[in-house]
Amino acid sequence: MNLEKMYQEIILDHYKHPQFKNLAPMVSGAVEVHHINPTCGDEVTLRAQVVDGVIESVTWDGLGCSISQASTSVMAGLTQGATVKSALDLTAQFLLLMQGKGVSTDADEILEDGIAFAGVAQYPARVKCALLGWMALKDAITREPGEINE
Amino acid sequence: MSASTLNAEILKKDFPLLGRTVRGGKKLVYLDSGATSQKPTMVLDAERNFYEYHNAAAHRGAHQLAEEATEAFEGAREVVAHFIGAHTREVIFTKSATESLNLVAYSLSAAESPIQWRPGDEVLVTEMEHHANLIPWQEMAKRTGARLRFIPVTDDGQLDLTQIDTLINEKTRILSFTHASNVLGTVNPVRRLADLAHAVGAIVVLDACQSVPHESVDVTALGIDLMAFSGHKMLGPTGVGVLWGRFEILESMPPFLTGGSMIEVVTLESATYSLPPKRFEAGVPNMAQAVGLAAAIGYLQEVGMHAIAHHEEDLVTSAIAQLETMPGVKVLGPAGPRGGALSFLVDDIHPHDVGQVLDDDGIAVRVGHHCAWPLMRRFGVAATTRATFYLYNTHEDVSSLVSGIRRAQQFFGTTS
Repeated sequence: MNLEKMYQEIILDHYKHPQFKNLAPMVSGAVEVHHINPTCGDEVTLRAQVVDGVIESVTWDGLGCSISQASTSVMAGLTQGATVKSALDLTAQFLLLMQGKGVSTDADEILEDGIAFAGVAQYPARVKCALLGWMALKDAITREPGEINE
Repeated sequence: MSASTLNAEILKKDFPLLGRTVRGGKKLVYLDSGATSQKPTMVLDAERNFYEYHNAAAHRGAHQLAEEATEAFEGAREVVAHFIGAHTREVIFTKSATESLNLVAYSLSAAESPIQWRPGDEVLVTEMEHHANLIPWQEMAKRTGARLRFIPVTDDGQLDLTQIDTLINEKTRILSFTHASNVLGTVNPVRRLADLAHAVGAIVVLDACQSVPHESVDVTALGIDLMAFSGHKMLGPTGVGVLWGRFEILESMPPFLTGGSMIEVVTLESATYSLPPKRFEAGVPNMAQAVGLAAAIGYLQEVGMHAIAHHEEDLVTSAIAQLETMPGVKVLGPAGPRGGALSFLVDDIHPHDVGQVLDDDGIAVRVGHHCAWPLMRRFGVAATTRATFYLYNTHEDVSSLVSGIRRAQQFFGTTS
């Protein structure tokens, strides 16, 4: 395992040019969550709007390392316009990837840029970084609209 | 070994772990002793020897082993007491410095506390405290209704004492602060603060986790009332911490944990308690760990605390000088005199990523908020990278750190 393998070019690209890192105005029916990684202080604020089981928009803002920022960026890109169900499946796949438990054969297709994080699983201390945005998404899309958590 | 120098290359050989490699054969460069120190063979041997030859429950039983275990445990107490210039009966073994501080905060706010809490009373801590010397006081404030106040920190990481005459006032019942910052390396003016607090009748508590392992500490000279430190940061085992207190204060304090060992007479309805230190050591004590800590102190004394302090100052001064010449690297904390904790920021690279690149080179540093989240906020950062030095670190380790940071900058493309 070396650094280049962990910090794939895709990850560094997303870190330098994060997608959807710009909180959309809070509209009626949207959900905002704020998640923190208490071991390092990294944080993400995420807003999601779900209409009829479809994620109309996911936007976020946050402070953190390259892994947490890039992972949240990839997540936001993959889940715009997705159904809640498929976003939850995706989250489950990403979690498996991070747990190093192996993923389904078509994981490359499903996770797209997300597969670049496979190397992170080798570093248990960084797995939480990679999961920060995903866990925020899972929280947001399984809540009732209008709920704001702190 | 002379009184003022030490040879870290030679000392390193006493620490088996420091000889191992990490991350695919890289030589280990351990710069995280502020979190926990490595252990010399003689400390491991002392613990093993206790278990192999003397293990029994101290202070109980009429057999020879019980006598030997008691002697070993009480002997360790004497060693600790001598090390910090205290009386033996003033040294309490806890499981950690965290427990020591919680013990104090709990006992001083219990029903039988020697402090008669009144509305408007204040507890004073600082903005640079480790969570272990902050949260116990937050909880105490909830129990007593006291107002928790804070000595602020200046931009260069010192305590801001401009308002100290207001902050320490006739309502102040307790002042608790760190001797040396685990993040910034700041060494605080203990005697001056202690004298100000005593002038208004407050009890003075010192978190000495980052000082006792690194310099000669004499509790009488510091003029404090209570002091906490941990064994594992000073070459000793985990699972043993110390609370020192002036006997008169300890004698006035009710117990924290209760149970076996700490009693005089017990009936179904009530109990009376032993004198300190036993009053605060409920249950079969951490004997092997105390013995290990005593061995660690023996090792430190043989090297010499002045030599250790001098060596670390040498390393941290050199590290700061080199880091300050690097573009995009900012050192936090005072220029000096200071302790061996060195926090820094690298422009446009998150500390976790700095730490990851260093780790790839076999260099172990701490990244994150260092259990001092409010201090991070004070400096407007989420985290820092922190290198901490100890007696077994060398100038070569400092050079490795500098090269590692340069590599991180190259890897993330923040410098040419």
